[in-house]
Amino acid sequence: MSRSPSGDRVALWRNPAFRAYVLQGVLLAALAALIGFIVTNTMANLEARGISTGFGFLDERAGFSIPQTLIEYSGDSTYGRTFIVGLLNTLLVSALGIVVATIIGFAVGIARLSPNWLLARLAGAYVEIFRNIPLLVQILFWYFAVLQALPSPRQSLSLLEIVFINVRGLVIPDPQPLSGFAATPWALLVGIIAAITLGIYAKRRQVRTGKALPIYWLGAGLIIGTPLLVFLLTGAPLEWSIPELTGFNFSGGVRVLPELVALWLALSIYTASFIAEIVRSGIQSVPAGQVEAANALSLPGGITLRKVVIPQAMRVIVPQLTSQYLNLIKNSSLATAIGYPDLVAVFSGTTLNQTGQAIEIVAMTMAVYLVISLLVSALMNVYNARTLLKER
Amino acid sequence: MLYKNKFMVAVPAALLLGGMATASQAATLDDVKERGSLNCGVNVGLAGFSAPDSDGKWQGLDVETCRGIAAAIFGDPEKVEFTPLTAKERFTALQSGEIDVLSRNTTWTATRDNSLGLNFTATTFYDGQGFMVSKDLGIESLEDLNGASICIQSGTTHELNLADYFPSRDIDINTVTFDTPDQTAQGFAHGRCDVLTSDTSQLSALRLQLPEPDSVEILETLISKEPLGPVVRQGDDQWLDIVQWTIFAMVNAEEMGVNSDNVDEMRDNPPNPGVARLLGKDGNYGEQLGLPNDWAYNIIKNVGNYGEVFSSTVGENSPLKIQRGMNALWNEGGILYAPPIR
Repeated sequence: MSRSPSGDRVALWRNPAFRAYVLQGVLLAALAALIGFIVTNTMANLEARGISTGFGFLDERAGFSIPQTLIEYSGDSTYGRTFIVGLLNTLLVSALGIVVATIIGFAVGIARLSPNWLLARLAGAYVEIFRNIPLLVQILFWYFAVLQALPSPRQSLSLLEIVFINVRGLVIPDPQPLSGFAATPWALLVGIIAAITLGIYAKRRQVRTGKALPIYWLGAGLIIGTPLLVFLLTGAPLEWSIPELTGFNFSGGVRVLPELVALWLALSIYTASFIAEIVRSGIQSVPAGQVEAANALSLPGGITLRKVVIPQAMRVIVPQLTSQYLNLIKNSSLATAIGYPDLVAVFSGTTLNQTGQAIEIVAMTMAVYLVISLLVSALMNVYNARTLLKER
Repeated sequence: MLYKNKFMVAVPAALLLGGMATASQAATLDDVKERGSLNCGVNVGLAGFSAPDSDGKWQGLDVETCRGIAAAIFGDPEKVEFTPLTAKERFTALQSGEIDVLSRNTTWTATRDNSLGLNFTATTFYDGQGFMVSKDLGIESLEDLNGASICIQSGTTHELNLADYFPSRDIDINTVTFDTPDQTAQGFAHGRCDVLTSDTSQLSALRLQLPEPDSVEILETLISKEPLGPVVRQGDDQWLDIVQWTIFAMVNAEEMGVNSDNVDEMRDNPPNPGVARLLGKDGNYGEQLGLPNDWAYNIIKNVGNYGEVFSSTVGENSPLKIQRGMNALWNEGGILYAPPIR
């Protein structure tokens, strides 16, 4: 029994809060029972039909090779390992795609608002063309266009005889670290931390004194200069494995698959057309008075854009940008059409076919995309919270 | 808490038992008869095995096998619905009951037969994994392939065969994996790889799709055994027997010299007791399968014997011109051997 706001005792079932809890509880139990039913039913049916179940297959020998592996992998590795290899390949093409799509998208979005007639029209044409052609068609176009245009390995185009381009991909020298190289990555880390610290200091100093430091030049100097200095001081402990044509192909060097390049291009160019529109809408959402006020204070055009317009536009841009990033990651699964070994191709494709355990594999694949997407949204939400207009 | 748990287990279990009872009783033959047509899973497009012709009608060895089964059941080879499936989709489609029989150049392997809830019925084509290369590369044996890129279709036994064969011989290869036979052939045609690997029968078919079929050759070495044949779901023995004996009837008919032209005459005047049993003049071999007694007559009349089907789909009367080789009858130098109808 509880008390009503007026202090009288009322029956428990007439208490709205209690009733709400009971209803929620019943609903939750029903949902759990339904899920339990589906799971046990599926398991029993699979068993009745003699289909093997469980995740034991992850420890079995995979026995097939994958053309691009970021970690050690051979036909003797396990299916669990193919999962990781596929996942890393998906993350690689997604990360590359996000970076390039963002750069192209911002450039085109800003260009579309340019007072230069030609530039604005070109940017408009870019958006209208690439966002209106299905992505799969674009991927196939880039893949076969790139393949058609490139020569065979024996007639490779070369740059100074160390970088080669042919139909099998781009072959570049592979850096082989010698002993003593370990200091250089640490120096890079130190450089990055120093640059960030300097940035924070410069901002405080500007707030205090109104004087700005040339922070971009100083930061770049720290990030590039520190590791370079350490690298030279330790005696440049790096050897290059130069690609060489032997028989069919190049040996030595690192090969960038044409599938990766085609997928990367298609994903970046397609997603950039959407990002451009988002950037344009963000910038146009900033009231004209803000720019006029900046002009009245005689701020230069570049600073007006960077310090007045973009920060306010970001509030509109970020939530939509998140959706585009998520789309790009999920669209990367179209890789399977051109033979890029992403998660869907090697795990949900080949592994599924060799083991036949569709339910486990599809569930794992879906879980991976869900986790990646939730992580990206979480990061973007943090960023969004930081760029929110702070009302004072 | 305990009470709640029991409830949650008991309710689904009860529902489950109810559901399972009907599932296990249903026989595929009854379903097919009730539906009035056979659902057959075939390749999305592989000349000679299953591909739609210019009129949109499915043609090929795997397709004719399904027509044979339909003829045995209904006496009408056209009562088949064909479902085109990629290599990846095929087993799920059969497991889920979307199709009744999978006749899609599928290799009989232990894993597929034993752990997927499926049963292989019989071999309709003995194949092996071969390699197709451009003639100007001057390749004579597989040892010359060191460093080569190989185009391959995903979800096939070929991927596994490659990983078995080359590393153990210290030959370094790069694989490029595509989704469909067509994409694989395109990758090869565009020069993405030096070599295209697949069953030799498929290579013969894919070769015809290349811009210049004469510029490539198929190497003689085969690296695997690929017995191809129709697959059914595990747990329905009658259905397995029907599919199996449809193929056996076609092979036995060839051995006995019964073909679509002379089958009427043979039925009216059986030259020997074997033919009489095959064509339902003697015994009740059709009834034993749950089929009409003229089941084999219907197959041969409508679809033909194995030799006729082979020659019109992949053999000398087809563009592929594949030799009988291993697929000849056992008494003609091949390994095709069907159990007797008796």
